[in-house]
Amino acid sequence: MIRTALTALLSHWLRNPVQLAMLLAGLALATALWSGVQALNAEARAAYATAEGLLSDGGTAQIEHPSGQIDLAQFVALRRAGWQVSPVLEGRAEIGATRVTVLGIEPLTAPAGTGPTLAEPDLEGFFEGLGYAHPQTLREIGPTEMPLAPAEAVPVGTVLVDIRRAQRLLDAGLYITRMTLAQEQPQGLAPLESLAPDLRLVPPGDGAELGGLTASFHLNLTAFGLLAFAVGLFIVHSAVGLAFEQRRAMFRTLRALGLPLRHLTACLATEMVVFALIAGSAGLVLGYALAAALLPDVALTLRGLYGAPVPGALQFNPLWALAGLGMTLAGTGLAGAQALWRLWHMPPLAPARPRAWAMASRRAMRRQGLAALALAAMALGLALWGSGLLAGFALLAAVLLAAALAVPLLLALILRMAERRATTPVAEWFWADSRQNLPRLSLALMALMLALAANIGVGTMVASFRATFIDWLDLRLVAEVNVMPRNSAEAAELQAFLAPRTDAILPMQRIDATLAGQPGQVYAMKDHATFRDNWPLFAPVPDVWDRLAAGEGVLVNEQLYRRAGLRAGSDTLDLPGIGAMPVLGAYPDYGNPLAQAVLALERFNAAYPDTPIRQFAIRTSDAPALIAALQDDFGLPQGQITDQAQAKELSMAIFERTFLITRALNVLTLAVAAVALFAALVTLSGMRLAQLAPLWALGLTARELAALELGRALVLGALTLLLALPVGLALAQVLLAIINVQAFGWRLPLQLFPGDWARLGLWAMLAVLAAAALPAWRLWRRGPSQLLRVFAHER
Amino acid sequence: MIALDIQELSKSFDSVEGRIPVLDSVSLQLQPGQSMALTGESGSGKSTLLHLAAGLEDPDAGQISIAGEALTGLGDTGRAALRRAHIGLIFQQFNLIPSLTVAANLAFQARLAGRHDPARIQTLAERLGLGELLARYPEQLSGGQQQRVAIGRCLAARPALVLADEPTGNLDEATGDSVLDLMLELTEADGVALLLVTHSPRLAARCAARVHLRAGRIGAVP
Ligand SMILES: Nc1ncnc2c1ncn2[C@@H]1O[C@H](COP(=O)(O)OP(=O)(O)OP(=O)(O)O)[C@@H](O)[C@H]1O
Ligand SMILES: [Mg+2]
Repeated sequence: MIRTALTALLSHWLRNPVQLAMLLAGLALATALWSGVQALNAEARAAYATAEGLLSDGGTAQIEHPSGQIDLAQFVALRRAGWQVSPVLEGRAEIGATRVTVLGIEPLTAPAGTGPTLAEPDLEGFFEGLGYAHPQTLREIGPTEMPLAPAEAVPVGTVLVDIRRAQRLLDAGLYITRMTLAQEQPQGLAPLESLAPDLRLVPPGDGAELGGLTASFHLNLTAFGLLAFAVGLFIVHSAVGLAFEQRRAMFRTLRALGLPLRHLTACLATEMVVFALIAGSAGLVLGYALAAALLPDVALTLRGLYGAPVPGALQFNPLWALAGLGMTLAGTGLAGAQALWRLWHMPPLAPARPRAWAMASRRAMRRQGLAALALAAMALGLALWGSGLLAGFALLAAVLLAAALAVPLLLALILRMAERRATTPVAEWFWADSRQNLPRLSLALMALMLALAANIGVGTMVASFRATFIDWLDLRLVAEVNVMPRNSAEAAELQAFLAPRTDAILPMQRIDATLAGQPGQVYAMKDHATFRDNWPLFAPVPDVWDRLAAGEGVLVNEQLYRRAGLRAGSDTLDLPGIGAMPVLGAYPDYGNPLAQAVLALERFNAAYPDTPIRQFAIRTSDAPALIAALQDDFGLPQGQITDQAQAKELSMAIFERTFLITRALNVLTLAVAAVALFAALVTLSGMRLAQLAPLWALGLTARELAALELGRALVLGALTLLLALPVGLALAQVLLAIINVQAFGWRLPLQLFPGDWARLGLWAMLAVLAAAALPAWRLWRRGPSQLLRVFAHER
Repeated sequence: MIALDIQELSKSFDSVEGRIPVLDSVSLQLQPGQSMALTGESGSGKSTLLHLAAGLEDPDAGQISIAGEALTGLGDTGRAALRRAHIGLIFQQFNLIPSLTVAANLAFQARLAGRHDPARIQTLAERLGLGELLARYPEQLSGGQQQRVAIGRCLAARPALVLADEPTGNLDEATGDSVLDLMLELTEADGVALLLVTHSPRLAARCAARVHLRAGRIGAVP
């Protein structure tokens, strides 16, 4: 009996291959997008974990100097006093064809767990100068004289060597970068303050985390993945619902023949699970391919933007595959639950009523409208009074849901207006008929609206971010050349060398400090037009630059300004060693997780004497000549000079990569929405013959009818696009002004990119055209014979 | 001018048993204002003949002309234009456009044909007893009411020829009779030719002429 039932149930799919294809495609696409994005995120996160484990020795405490350099003598003094510390020397150097981070450690004293756990460390070789690097780094380095061995555990872009080797590679003097502390320290140690008062102990896990920096990027990716998955579920939901509806008579017969409802349910559930597994596996393969295709771009973006060492090659993770399949199964269950519920509540011998389209009834429409209104009110309330990241996400969800629910209502309204204005009978029918069939398309149109709104919203956010960031980068990198002295002696020499050759020398000095209870830094700023003319400030007090130059206060970065709730002109900030300083204004500082305050150079040096100069920003009208002079006459290695024009170019290139990823995801989400629309239109085209037949009999040709069908899809698509525009902008505004501020502390101005909308509109129309083409074509080619059958009493 | 002129019309269909001839050199003429009943057993080809006459299907051989215009040889577009201009079609069901109100349905064909006359539609609606139903949608009408709307829509466009395929087949006898009475009366009054397919000898008897289709040929009513 069960086998007979299964055969009967499956025969439906054989007779409706397009429906089956749609169901599987919907599931596979949803899985692919979701799991592809997850694979990217997981890969990046694994890379961060490696990096944090190695670079910042996440699990161990460290000793640092504000300048970033510790005299070797101090290290020796600590060792003599019994402190179990291990030296680390870190710096950038050119090896082979690329610049890498050279990380020098002393393997015998390095605390267990720090540094990479190499599988078979060749200690002897290590002491003799063997370096370890990620295979990808090795490829980037290319042929070199330095002995190098591959090690997966080393982050991309880093070469791990013995500290003596690092000293030679970095041309470093008698200093180290930091010390790591062993977990077990002997009893009764002399305190650090008495041995080396200028050093400070950094507890484990403190400091900048790559994960935090890149979180915004991954948040976007995840949001995209989730949205695509949701849109995919729309497809599955409509395909499953339709298949159940069409098999109602069959269910009835089977039950009349004595198949218990439980068995029928089990059969159908099995069918769903099998489909989910087949489509889910296909989706995983697709998702893996997608992630592998996108990863090089993502890796470059992350490496370039945040210096996060992400390898460009994807590794297969079985856990990821399982999670993806689980998500597919859960989604299918969600999509099929309603259909199964209806099955349980159908009296066994009830006549096969034509599907009672819930939304077609006026009452359901009204309920939907009320729900949309309630959600909109909730969104408004959240926007006005909500606070916190959670409220931000709730607002986002409320806006999207309210808009999606409102789509059919607004479309119906527009179509009714158009119908009133129609002058020809065919036009009148066109609008009336579009309105009548709206309920059957509304789910797909809602999905399309969501996809378009997300495209516009995320696109606007990314583009706003890019525009703002590039402007800001331009201002930040306004100096033509940057030079990094190795120590204070060289700094003094450089200053003397540069003074007659440049327009201005702007030294960069900073100390680490706790600002308003947050980890942060205090910077010195020389009073100069470079800053006065270029730094965008918000909420500055009058004569802000003069007052800053006079040492009367500080500027703070936006993160600190917002998080500490400071007000320029009225509030003060406590600086170590100085005390309360008035806040004079705030400046944008995108991507920086740390709090920052800027102090006039003179005031800074008075408060924190002997802070080393880390960098000179140099203004000059002839950068190439200056760089040549620095190299040839002064003898400064190339590694200590940065040409800002090149740095800028690099940043731009990285942003283009970010755009590529966003665009690829945009196109994919849109494709999923197009499939949803296609599913709905194919379904509809079967039911529409009886609606179209009278028109054909009245003297419209099948070709005209097909053209009208195509036109209807385009009109509905265009109207949906129109509705998606404000929703997308609202979405962007929520992302930029609320979520970003809550999550990262800075706010971006919303900028409009009509060119992008036009391009998106074109894409959307192409997608709609693709979705509507097959049903229209079938109507045109096979129309007459099928339409005739309507009248031939075959129904 | 002859409203419908069919000459030597042949049509056969492909089936698993091979080619089945349905119409075999059928000829038929209908004058303006004339009504003709077409009877025959189920499967004898009545509907096929009607579909051919309306240009909904292509004949294998023979000529059809409507109100003096040749139908055979025209393409899809030409046949559709001829339908718009001269033919009113009434089937057993699916006649009305579900998304339009009764009023819009009534006016639809006349507007398509460019012969919209609100006064005439008003008269027809009253004559057909549809005055109260103008704002309703087809699904809100009974079968008899739907067929009356179809007749009104047809006649509002002043066609030369009305082709009706068992228009009362779905209705009970009394309703069917009253609908048919109206149709005969109105077509005669307007000088419209009517070809009526029916199974009922009683209804056929009320038409001016009667033909019977058997084995693909036209014969006298048995
Ligand atoms: N499209 C088609 N393909 C194949 N055979 C067809 C097609 N249309 C009609 N036929 C066949 O042609 C014959 C005549 O059909 P038709 O519908 O004209 O009969 P009818 O006289 O109208 O019958 P009824 O009184 O039952 O309506 C039938 O045998 C039918 O099976
Ligand atoms: Mg018939």
